[in-house]
Amino acid sequence: MTGPAFVATMARREARGQMRRLWPFVAAVAVGVGALVAINSFTENLEDTVRDQAQALLGADLSFSSSRPFPERADALLAELGREAGGARSARVTSFSAMAYAVGSPGSRLVQVAAVEPGYPFYGRIETNPPGEWDRLGAGHTALVDPSLLVALDARVGDTLALGEARFQIKGAVTNVPGDVGVRAAFGPRVFIPAAFLDETRLLVFGSRARYETFMNLEAPAKAQALADRYRPRLAAQRVNTRTVSEDERSVRESMGDLGRYLGLVSLVAVLLGGLGVASAVHAFVKRRMETIAVLRCLGASAGRVFAIYLIEAAAMGILGSLAGAALGLAVQRLLPRLLRDFLPVDVRLSPSWSALAVGLAVGAVVAVLFSLLPLLGVRDVSPLVLLRRSFDPPARGRRDPWKAVALLTLAAGVVGLAALQTRSLRAGAVFGGVIGLVLLALWLAASGLARAARRFVPGGWPYVWRQGLANLHRPANQTVAVLLALGFGAFLLDTLFLVQHNLLRELRPGGSEAKPNLVLFDIQPGQRASVATAARESGFTMTVPVPIVPMRILSVKGVSATTLLARPPAPERARAAGPTPWTIRREYRSTYRDTATSSEKLIAGAAWRKGEWRARPGGGPGQPPLPISLESGVAEELGVAIGDEIVWDVQGLPLTTRVAGLRQVEWARFEPNFFVVFPEGPLDEAPQTFLTLTRIDDPSARARFQRRIVESLPNVTAVDLSQIQQAVEGIVGRVALAIRFLALFSLGAGAAVLAGAVAASRQQRLRESALLKALGATRAQVLRVATAEYAALGGLAALAAAALSAAAAWAVVRYFFEAPFVLPGPPLLAMGLGVVALAVTVGLLSSAEALRRPPLEVLRFE
Amino acid sequence: MSLLRCASLTKTYSSGGRELTVLSNITFELEAGAFVAILGPSGSGKSTLLGLLAGLDRPSAGDVHLDGVALGELSEDGRARVRGEKVGFVFQSFHLIPTLTAMENVQVPLELRGLAARDRARELLERVGLGKRGHHFPAQLSGGEQQRVAVARAFSHAPRIVFADEPTGNLDAATGATVIDLMAEMNRALATTLVLVTHDPELAARARRVIRLADGAVVADTGAVPA
Repeated sequence: MTGPAFVATMARREARGQMRRLWPFVAAVAVGVGALVAINSFTENLEDTVRDQAQALLGADLSFSSSRPFPERADALLAELGREAGGARSARVTSFSAMAYAVGSPGSRLVQVAAVEPGYPFYGRIETNPPGEWDRLGAGHTALVDPSLLVALDARVGDTLALGEARFQIKGAVTNVPGDVGVRAAFGPRVFIPAAFLDETRLLVFGSRARYETFMNLEAPAKAQALADRYRPRLAAQRVNTRTVSEDERSVRESMGDLGRYLGLVSLVAVLLGGLGVASAVHAFVKRRMETIAVLRCLGASAGRVFAIYLIEAAAMGILGSLAGAALGLAVQRLLPRLLRDFLPVDVRLSPSWSALAVGLAVGAVVAVLFSLLPLLGVRDVSPLVLLRRSFDPPARGRRDPWKAVALLTLAAGVVGLAALQTRSLRAGAVFGGVIGLVLLALWLAASGLARAARRFVPGGWPYVWRQGLANLHRPANQTVAVLLALGFGAFLLDTLFLVQHNLLRELRPGGSEAKPNLVLFDIQPGQRASVATAARESGFTMTVPVPIVPMRILSVKGVSATTLLARPPAPERARAAGPTPWTIRREYRSTYRDTATSSEKLIAGAAWRKGEWRARPGGGPGQPPLPISLESGVAEELGVAIGDEIVWDVQGLPLTTRVAGLRQVEWARFEPNFFVVFPEGPLDEAPQTFLTLTRIDDPSARARFQRRIVESLPNVTAVDLSQIQQAVEGIVGRVALAIRFLALFSLGAGAAVLAGAVAASRQQRLRESALLKALGATRAQVLRVATAEYAALGGLAALAAAALSAAAAWAVVRYFFEAPFVLPGPPLLAMGLGVVALAVTVGLLSSAEALRRPPLEVLRFE
Repeated sequence: MSLLRCASLTKTYSSGGRELTVLSNITFELEAGAFVAILGPSGSGKSTLLGLLAGLDRPSAGDVHLDGVALGELSEDGRARVRGEKVGFVFQSFHLIPTLTAMENVQVPLELRGLAARDRARELLERVGLGKRGHHFPAQLSGGEQQRVAVARAFSHAPRIVFADEPTGNLDAATGATVIDLMAEMNRALATTLVLVTHDPELAARARRVIRLADGAVVADTGAVPA
């Protein structure tokens, strides 16, 4: 039998009857691979579905959009484009927010109105209940609504819906709109009406925000991309954005790709935890096989050959675990669409992805081998002398063991490689690997520190059972590191998720002691301010001083006209030096004027003007000094402007020259009127403008009644109940958190396998120790207290380390990714920590159960 | 001619910051085919001496030559190779590999050297009276049967020397006697040098030469006796 044949044969023989002991290994790999296969397979299905339904997602060959009605020049360009395509059909859709109510039912709701022309969508079908109502939408004053609106307004099909000054009969509910994301309905249910009756609503008045779209179906769809590329610059100069099917598909795939990448990272964490489980199980396995290893060494096997035997066994277990994981992943894949339904623009068609299966199988085997390397290197240290003397301790190898360094580097490279594979980015993979490495290093340091502290600082006066339990933390072959890594890493993940979610929700919730407004009224015309004030006074409420909103557009930035800036060809990644990003030039700015700052903003550069400084002072016009403005820091960066730069605005046909005098940092997450641009009081007092005002009404029914009064008497005024928005946001965040927690279950499962392996590693030692204690006279309660002391210390330190690490990680994510303030919630974090301690103690007590069951002599003789 | 030669063999351990001398200046030679007992009470250093003679450990001072090979100059893997070729072992606790059948346990030393193993293993199991138990695992065998399998394994690759460390320590008297008879018979038949480590003077008396150890030093040596 040749060398490799002997190694393979011994590996097969050694695996006999070991499955019961190796289940933590197989389970650890299976859970990780299951998560990976489920998510990768689902992501691939999602991409395929988006690709197949790309045309239906856009609903046309080309779409054109603007935040203002298309100017004549834009219409002429579209007509020319259609002729060049050999003919085209088009349909316009105007979308905007408005308040709606059902006649005869109380209450009102903020809705997203879409006024559609016949023909839309040219691809895909909008499904309704009753079926077929979409095709009949243009026949009269009819509307189709989201099912959630019927519930919210306590209305049914056949009732009359009031939209502004027009009335529509609800003909049915819209059950499926291609490309629609379910969570959108949380902010405002959709209402579809015929475009012919839009003007009748009188909702689009001065200052109203709307999105104007034209969808085009070409006789020659193949020409769409070329035509789009040719007409895009000229249309952009008219502030009309062009979009093709492939661009829309790419955009959807990119946002779904972000989701897929995030989910991929979560699955990768499960895989890595599975790797830790493998390392833990291999460590335990090697300890149990120490005698066999010593016999093989005694009989003449080299260290390398023995290492190879167990490495093959690890690889075989990895493949077995991967197969089990692949089956698990395919089963879980069926659950993901249900879990993520509200966030997906398509109904995903599920099918097994062979590439995802292959990747999962390969990753499982690779992880099993990678994470086995370090513990398997320990077989080199098993001396045949243990056969002569059980208590033989081999001399330490010394700090520098090149093979351990090689194994560590291989492991690190493997982790980075896996992360890069999942995120499709080497940089992201390196960052992820670095963060995981840091966390594990910190946990390892904490474990070493605990062992050292237990050796040094346990007072002699403590009861014996506590001293014995704590002594187990630093005894030879202790499991402090393995258990702390398992518990600590799992707790770190869950704590981090919780802290991020808590801080995000906190930002959106009204403060405890402050009475923050919960009803906002906007699109108030100048002549309606008195009516609003009267309605509030008669209802017994006070409104805040109305905030003016002046719509305007950019004419030029630093002397370069908007037309020139918009006519530049689009670049996927525009460098800052290339100029402002197009959206900052194209958009309509809703600016305000005031001489004081609000509580949600902070001046971070430049200087503010004095109160009243510009009230009677001319500025902004031809021959006049430029008006100072304060810009939000983010939009200033996008515009590429700094303090002192000049921007010329078009305020309803009047050019106004301004100079950037200050930059502000704004807390956008707060529900307060925040603005990109603030002017001084005075120069814009007479400019065309609308107003916004706020109030707080604690009683929900009083709030609803006031809303209804405003909607009926002033239909163009939008009255938004902020508590409903907050509920909607919390609901969405809650659903996201649910999806994340479901996937975190995989990490928990892998963590449980790690814990089981770590506990199994010390099984024999624990049995003997408990048997000895019992033989010396310890009661069962005393034996259990010893285990409690040890595992309480482990759980306590794991909880503490996890809390500290998760606080740092969550702070970084909340501050730099979400740009929100961070607060550490003490009581919930403490509760989670106590949960970790309870879990650890439970595991410790369960692991001692066998020792309590068996007679001491039996254990001492046979174990 | 000497098969095994040790000169000025010394072994010290560090324990609690102090040096502990377990063996001190051991010197003797063993001829091929000899049957030698190393006798001494617990703590006399006999297991340590066995470990050094078999190449399982390195001396602190002195040297060991086994069949012309200086063990001290070899790496751990080098000594493993020498063991695989020239040395057999029988342990007090049998130390059979639990996941291998009796037949497979006996085959391992031959398989490690890439030699055909099955027929030889079957022959040896027959010789030790376990021809029909080859497919049983160690857990299915009695203590005496396990030790007989261990004896078969020790002789399977025709080693030059077999070391037996308290081979009857875990057996009753009758079974122990059977095992010793077996080893002695194979020593005569195969001319394999047999070194028996024991604390039992009666057992040691079965050997043709007795080297007595006390406190890490040789205190008596009956010398080689012609076979």
